[in-house]
Amino acid sequence: MITVSLTVNGKAVSHEVADETLLVEYLREALGLTGTHVGCDTSQCGCCTIHLDGISVKSCTVLAAQAEGREVTTIEGLAKDGSLHPMQEAFRECHGLQCGFCTPGQIMAGVELIRTWEGPLDEHQVREEMEGNLCRCTGYHNIVKAILKVHKETRGSADA
Amino acid sequence: MYPFTYHRPTSVVDAVKMFGASDDAAFLSGGHTLLPTLKARLAAPSDVIDLTALPELKGIEETKSGLLIRGGTVHADVAASPLVRRNIPVLAGLAGSIGDRHVRHRGTIGGSVANNDPAADYPSAVLALNATVITDRRRIAAGEYFTGLYETCREPGEIVIGVEFPVPLSAGYAKFRNLASRYALAAAFVARTSAGVRVAVTGAYNTGVTRPAHFEKALDADFSAEALDALDVDPKDMLSDAAATAAYRANLTKVLARRAVAHQGEVLIYK
Repeated sequence: MITVSLTVNGKAVSHEVADETLLVEYLREALGLTGTHVGCDTSQCGCCTIHLDGISVKSCTVLAAQAEGREVTTIEGLAKDGSLHPMQEAFRECHGLQCGFCTPGQIMAGVELIRTWEGPLDEHQVREEMEGNLCRCTGYHNIVKAILKVHKETRGSADA
Repeated sequence: MYPFTYHRPTSVVDAVKMFGASDDAAFLSGGHTLLPTLKARLAAPSDVIDLTALPELKGIEETKSGLLIRGGTVHADVAASPLVRRNIPVLAGLAGSIGDRHVRHRGTIGGSVANNDPAADYPSAVLALNATVITDRRRIAAGEYFTGLYETCREPGEIVIGVEFPVPLSAGYAKFRNLASRYALAAAFVARTSAGVRVAVTGAYNTGVTRPAHFEKALDADFSAEALDALDVDPKDMLSDAAATAAYRANLTKVLARRAVAHQGEVLIYK
């Protein structure tokens, strides 16, 4: 067993876990944050995408122990004071989800993409950058639309 | 996953010591090969030694003979590095074509080179650019380093500190991706170096990353896509699986090599 201490959605947490515990298992099972989904468990689908120190990672392919001392943000940490995050709002408005299973990962990936992207962003680039997030409903069109909407609103980008 | 004991060393020396003190340890770099392998129960190390936090393994710097990319540098950082983009732009493009955005945030060059997956991207660049693999105990020329499928000449516990790449006259990379795994179904890295043309193919050969000598000879005489027209790749030397037969990979190898020659300075990704 190993003790892990980290910050999740702004709150300090610490637990004793088995050494081989995956970060996604820790989030879901020890912390009850079940918004982070496990789709494939083979690093392909992106349903488990979270932010580790602000960078998007697949939490099924990171050990909980590797998050020691780091800051984790999950889908539960996006909404503030009862208001949806602009990306969540854009997914709602653009109908960027069908069954909803991949949605937390899509939103976390979209938020990180917009936060770190420099310069203009077009539809093709969004599709390339979002390649690690699969939607088995194939609802990609409106996911891309939602992300471009947020980009346009936050960066005032005319090309979006 | 089978249980293991997790270790977080504070230096490379410390990590090597931990390896020596363990029954059957594995180093964890980006974890994007090791962790899926452990989850599939294809490996059961007694100890996992995490190299991700070691400052000695981070960073990219210019050296007398080119660029040193330290082993713990993630693909996203190589892809975005102004130093790499200026000196060996095709290497930056290759790094930016690995896996997907989130994978590139974790996967490392050291991990890729240490694992030597027969469909990984980096081994082709390391071999075609005649790079030197630097470990905690020696410097190894690319030609000696890669020894077969998932095999290298590393000794147990030997850690890849970094890879030193000479700057080529020009280079090109053409890859056809496996749509499911996103690894290369076949990819050709073609470099014009001061010592002649070097071609390294990944994803296709049953020997792992391989230099087709007849391609290099023809391109040394005439550096044009047409120089490869009369040459063939023997399907007997190719991998064969559900995604592509040996004959298909043999053809693809030639097609991609031709395109990498014709498009020097570019990274072409087909999917």
